[in-house]
Amino acid sequence: MNKLFAAAAAAIALSVTPAFAQPTDILNASYDIARELFEAENAAYAASGAADTVNQSHAGSSAQARAVLEGLPADVVTFNQVVDIEKLVEGGFVSDDWATEFPNNASPFYSLPAFLVRAGNPKGISDWGDLAAEGVQVIFPNPKTSGNGRYTYLAARAWANEEYANDEAKVEEFLTKLFNNVPVFETGGRAATTAFTERQLGDVLITFEAEVLAVRKQLGEDQYEAVVPSVSLLSEFPVAIVDKVVDNRGSRDIAKAYLDFLFTTEGQEVAASNFHRVNDEAIAAAHAADFPEVRLVTADEAFGGWAKISEEHFADGGLLDKVFLNQ
Amino acid sequence: MTTATRSPAEITLIALAFVLSGLILVVPLVLIFAFALREGLATYLTNILEPNTLHAVGLTVLTAIIVVPINIVVGVCLAWLVTRFRFPGRQLIITTIELPASVSPIVAGVVYLFLYGGQGLLGPVLQAANIQLMFTVTAIILVSLFVTAPFVARELIPLMQQQGTEDEEAALSLGASGWQMFWHVTLPNIRWAILYGAVLTNARVMGEFGAVSVVSGSIRGQTNTLPLQITQLFNDFNVTGAFAAATTLALIAVLTLILKSSLEGRGWR
Amino acid sequence: MAQRRSRHLLPGFGLTLGVSMLYLTIIIVLPLIAMLLKVGGMGWEEFWRIVSSNRSLAAYRITFSSALIASIFNGIFGLLLAWVLTRYSFPGKRILDALVDLPFALPTAVAGLVLVTLFSDTGWYGQFLEPNGFKVNYTQAGIIVAMIFTSIPFVVRTVQPVLEEVQVDLEEAARTLGATNWQVFARVIWPTILPAFIAGCVLSFARSLGEFGAVVFIAGNLPGLTEIVSLLIYIRLDEYNYEGAAALAFILLLVAFATLVLTNALGAWQVRYADRRR
Repeated sequence: MNKLFAAAAAAIALSVTPAFAQPTDILNASYDIARELFEAENAAYAASGAADTVNQSHAGSSAQARAVLEGLPADVVTFNQVVDIEKLVEGGFVSDDWATEFPNNASPFYSLPAFLVRAGNPKGISDWGDLAAEGVQVIFPNPKTSGNGRYTYLAARAWANEEYANDEAKVEEFLTKLFNNVPVFETGGRAATTAFTERQLGDVLITFEAEVLAVRKQLGEDQYEAVVPSVSLLSEFPVAIVDKVVDNRGSRDIAKAYLDFLFTTEGQEVAASNFHRVNDEAIAAAHAADFPEVRLVTADEAFGGWAKISEEHFADGGLLDKVFLNQ
Repeated sequence: MTTATRSPAEITLIALAFVLSGLILVVPLVLIFAFALREGLATYLTNILEPNTLHAVGLTVLTAIIVVPINIVVGVCLAWLVTRFRFPGRQLIITTIELPASVSPIVAGVVYLFLYGGQGLLGPVLQAANIQLMFTVTAIILVSLFVTAPFVARELIPLMQQQGTEDEEAALSLGASGWQMFWHVTLPNIRWAILYGAVLTNARVMGEFGAVSVVSGSIRGQTNTLPLQITQLFNDFNVTGAFAAATTLALIAVLTLILKSSLEGRGWR
Repeated sequence: MAQRRSRHLLPGFGLTLGVSMLYLTIIIVLPLIAMLLKVGGMGWEEFWRIVSSNRSLAAYRITFSSALIASIFNGIFGLLLAWVLTRYSFPGKRILDALVDLPFALPTAVAGLVLVTLFSDTGWYGQFLEPNGFKVNYTQAGIIVAMIFTSIPFVVRTVQPVLEEVQVDLEEAARTLGATNWQVFARVIWPTILPAFIAGCVLSFARSLGEFGAVVFIAGNLPGLTEIVSLLIYIRLDEYNYEGAAALAFILLLVAFATLVLTNALGAWQVRYADRRR
């Protein structure tokens, strides 16, 4: 008990005064479905000889960006979308060259929006087009709070742009139908998963392939089936050091070492075993059986880059708002 | 009243009260322990001793240890102020202190975010002074103070109003100092009511969810209180773990009821 | 007169006023001002657009109708419990009396966790209810169940003391005049406990309006169907839509304030009523 008091007193003291001593712990603010991934990564990080503790906070990626802007003292952010890190750049929390600080646009692993359906795939869902059909209920998280949800929106649009040859009216009609098929927009990816699995809502869950595969493994491969659509969007999971926080706490070295670890062979192996696709060729080959072939388009190819996406799609009154009527 | 004289109506009403209370109140309580223990005692212990859960227990207890005494002192001050003096604005003070009990806990969290958050009213000032309040233990303590502010005062005000001031005036006229009067006359009269209010405050602090979830940032092993930890475990498909963590709060609830009941047995209420 | 004398006689006015004002200002008033400024800064049209949007209107409707049904149930159940606890003696009475406060002692998140488990399709209650077409979890019935559970004590605890004080002689007089049990209740007891009963129902209603922890577990949180106002505020916050959160929070604050004024007025009625009967 005494120890707890001391810890609490220290926590309160830390919260009101700048830290003078070199800290030994950092906070990683991360997206919702990465709970198990970072639990495993942090364990591996500790096993690799690092003496520092990494604390975790998880919620929808955009909700976390908001929390950091509000003062959540995260030393590093491991988000699932560039847009959310750009929000921190605008707020002066992250330097604007963050994407070049680490390899692969600072994205240690990637995934893609994929489908999880109930055993036997009763609604016969095989591609994006099936999701807009009448009588199909679709679950994915709120694109306003979750990077996961925004990737779903973008991937569906990327498919529709190809399918309808960029006929904007038809694309919007498809997306409106898709959004109208969603009974509930949870604010985070994990909440969307529980809505689908625990609350038995909906016929299909759209979430990152990593979550789709992990859920199947955890809740029974006889209960659910994974469906990979004909085309999906490359979902990079960017990481960044929060300069404003690490400069204040003096924790830059720890933050850097931790994020570097995610790009090492050990870090990549953990990510791959947790169903995230990785760029390390040897490890990707070793886990190839887990990941079906899929045609991926990038945000740059399909939409002309994240800056343009933010402006055209996600700004207030943008293209997302046109189809997301039930918000 | 003996059993022989019970009318059919009386028996029906008593039976109905028992059956409904059983279904609505007893069964849920039993279920918590049944589910926590359904995978055996060993699993239960593992779940309870999981470091993040243990830390959540510690944080919840710590919050209560800080909040309850503060709200006792302030509650006594407030009750003394509004029952012993008449002054302009007295009614306004009574209404203000009642407000937190009638407003949604989410609103409590929101108002604190708008005051102390980075984009809030005092945000820039706090940032300039390098003070971080939101998403720290301090913020959890502040919203807990807010949501439980009325409990002690609420118990004391009607009691002290009813008791009047004769005893205290007598003590003063016999030459007692203000503090002596308080310790020897006022306090003994209101101690059970204080304890009663403290028990209610404690239960609410330990269980607060809505307000805390807005300001906590849910950092595992740091700012996750027990109710938040339970929610996270449930969301992580660890239902048994969630129930195991819930048993600690359920035990505190049962303890609260026993304490309350015995306080009532002492003639208070 | 006595009050004026006591002002000079009793010490501690400055100290308690100072402590109280400081505390109320920092803990309650200042945060409320921060929110009012946020609402004040958004302009009437913007405010109106937010609070009268379809989704907001649906959330009010769901929250208010569920709270209404829950407080009606608790009015009846609470009256029954208060009656049984004050009028009869029976084994287990003390335990029943203590049990009534369980919902105040048990954290709302735990209540939500338990209720959602009880009413799931394989749960202790759900396995009997669901085959008969009565689904509780993730429907409005779930919201009502959660609201009922969390606000049971109010009616019991407001009616109980008044019921204890109904003069027995008045009841006996009525009986000797030939009144039936039902007449005694309807003509003598009911008018006496009515103000307390209504106050209890209002408190129960207010608490239900603000309930969050238990409801989010068991409600489906579907916009327009099972989304309550508190949850909508929470979502708006997460969306970084602070205007939306502030405007809706302001509405809940207004309702809370109105409830307080109402219960205070009922309290005054109760006192006047008791005085007149005496």
